[in-house]
Amino acid sequence: MSTCCTPAPYAPPAPRSGEALRTVALIGPPNSGKSTLFNRLTGLRQKVANYPGVTVEQRMGAMAGVGRADLTLIDLPGIYSLDPFSEDARVSIDVLEGRMTGTPKPDAVLLVLDSLHLTRQLMLAAPVLALGLPTMVLLNMSDLMESRGGEIDPLRLAQELGAPVARISATKGSGLEAIQLFLNRHRGPDSTSLSATVLPVLGNAMSTYKWATQVSTRTGYRAPLSEEASRKLDAVLLHRVWGPLLFLVVVFSVFEVVFSIGQPLSDGLGDLLARLGTSLAGFLPDGWMRSLVLDGAWKGVTSVLVFLPQILLLFLFIGILEDSGYLARAALIADRVMRSIGLNGKAFIPLLSAYACAVPAIMATRTIENKRDRLATILVTPFMTCSARLPVYMLLIAAFIPNIAFADGLIGLRTLVMLGLYLIGFLAALVTARLLKSSVLRSSQTPFILELPQYRMPTLRSLGLRLIDRGGVFLQQAGTVILCVTLGLWVLANFPRHHGVAPQLTDSIIGRLGHFMEPAIAPLGFNWKIGIGLLSSVLAREVMVGTMGTLYGADPQTQSLSLQTALHHDLPLGGAIALMVFFAFAMQCTSTMAVVRRETNGWKWPAIQFAYMLVLAYGAAFVANWAVHLLWG
Amino acid sequence: MRVLSDLEVGESGVLVSVDLPASVQNHLMYMGFLPDARVRVLHRAPAGDPTVYGVAGMEIALRRETARAILVRTTRIPGLNDEPTENRDDPTHFPNLPKAV
Repeated sequence: MSTCCTPAPYAPPAPRSGEALRTVALIGPPNSGKSTLFNRLTGLRQKVANYPGVTVEQRMGAMAGVGRADLTLIDLPGIYSLDPFSEDARVSIDVLEGRMTGTPKPDAVLLVLDSLHLTRQLMLAAPVLALGLPTMVLLNMSDLMESRGGEIDPLRLAQELGAPVARISATKGSGLEAIQLFLNRHRGPDSTSLSATVLPVLGNAMSTYKWATQVSTRTGYRAPLSEEASRKLDAVLLHRVWGPLLFLVVVFSVFEVVFSIGQPLSDGLGDLLARLGTSLAGFLPDGWMRSLVLDGAWKGVTSVLVFLPQILLLFLFIGILEDSGYLARAALIADRVMRSIGLNGKAFIPLLSAYACAVPAIMATRTIENKRDRLATILVTPFMTCSARLPVYMLLIAAFIPNIAFADGLIGLRTLVMLGLYLIGFLAALVTARLLKSSVLRSSQTPFILELPQYRMPTLRSLGLRLIDRGGVFLQQAGTVILCVTLGLWVLANFPRHHGVAPQLTDSIIGRLGHFMEPAIAPLGFNWKIGIGLLSSVLAREVMVGTMGTLYGADPQTQSLSLQTALHHDLPLGGAIALMVFFAFAMQCTSTMAVVRRETNGWKWPAIQFAYMLVLAYGAAFVANWAVHLLWG
Repeated sequence: MRVLSDLEVGESGVLVSVDLPASVQNHLMYMGFLPDARVRVLHRAPAGDPTVYGVAGMEIALRRETARAILVRTTRIPGLNDEPTENRDDPTHFPNLPKAV
């Protein structure tokens, strides 16, 4: 493919002494391939999703991808114009005008436009060029445009815009040398010469459109033939009957695969880690040291680590849904349901990504234009079953739910229980949103306007980066928070010592604390060990599993048993079901509380959210325990 | 003159006017809903609403209540109603002629 970089029709400004180019902003309309280009230019891990408005907060990275690690690239949310319509457009404008605290005003701008729809995309060029920053216009997907019969004269376009223009392909990584050239030429801040350029009246869509049409006509732009494959796919995926059915099949098969493939992988990893622990013990002298390392740290951390395969599988599926463009269709299908609770289909996108993790999902609510809708979505997002709940559910299901298959092995009881847990979380989110929207957060409706991107094949590169990123976060969590908690627990479980001998677990500090709080949780069918687990899981849900691993590891009676068996002997069925229900509803995640505080500017909403979820969790767990007792005695 | 929400899937019209609050109208215009733009009804969501419209080469979903505020002209004027990027038999288009410099 030919790539070219054209000079702008003005003389390059002389370098100014002392003022070096430091920050570059990357801006463009939604779905112009901006985030893919950001990955190329920085090599940094960045979430790339194929639906409008995925970059919800500005991300930064050193431009190592073009050999300029001294420069910082700021990735801005995709926007259609510089008129603030939603929160993410406001973020872009603030950054570009240097009003965003903590983010330096950019010295240069890279404007990414999708060359398949250049006329409409040029409407963003006018207000961006009017900012007066050195700007380079990048015509992305130009290879696709040419192969589908489109045309453009980049030289004429550069003359019309008064800015250099390059044809690139972010997915293939071609044309990037032009960016390097542009950056090397601009050594310091200066203004793009606009003398040769006539810009339209800003803030007026009609005059901007006329200008964009004139520019694209004068530069010989011919739009490529439109892609029919996407529409044909939508004829099936948005079909009256097949659409919702396929949606359910997709969701269901995700869980089935996470179970049927993830479980053996996780069991294998567990065996490996246990054997590693045993051989590790051989190197340590018998005594408190071995007990600390093996029964405290190793048992605690590895009991969480074994769930890595399942969590990665889940993130892989969510990643495929996002990158392929299906998520926007899911929002469309869900709009009707969301409307009945007073929200619109856009709120469904964060809710679906919350199946992986609530933190990015809450940040993704910035695409929701209506402030009250956005707040309602933030408040219900933690009800969605995030991946941190998986280890707890998996452990309890494996320990308590028999492996019975129905319908000729097509579906297992364990899968059904897991689906039920996902369902109650989702229903809690819907009911809570309905309550909020019909009371404190009642508001007039903001129109639902959603762009459907074309379907794309998710790239291995993007999926791989995502998994490395998420795996890293999980391992880091296991290596820091969970390690500290399990070490602390071991100490509390082994003191006070009498004549150098560790106490009975019930006589240790942790045992006394547990027994002290037992009356509060006894109605739910929990014993004091579960109580300690619940206390520690306020940090993060998966810490629960590590805590149980350490507690049962510290108890001589259960030391030799696997965590599943130990739990099975220690907890009645009612307590186990109640525990799963408790985890479905309770807010046990400091990261989520922190992000809610940041997004709502205060502690009021996270405090209300925590209290509401705790009350709901306690009540539902109580009912669940009681119901199991009545039914199965 | 018809309201956009009355068009069936497969039908198309030329946009005449949009009667919505200024900020919404402006946002729609930046997404391609401009006077004289050709709007085509592509799909309806399984529940019958929202509907996906093709405009300026993009696909935008709107609810019925929003599409009701958009007026379109659907009279057939030969040559004007055909989408240029899709009409490969357009007699005025000669792909094999040498291009003007």
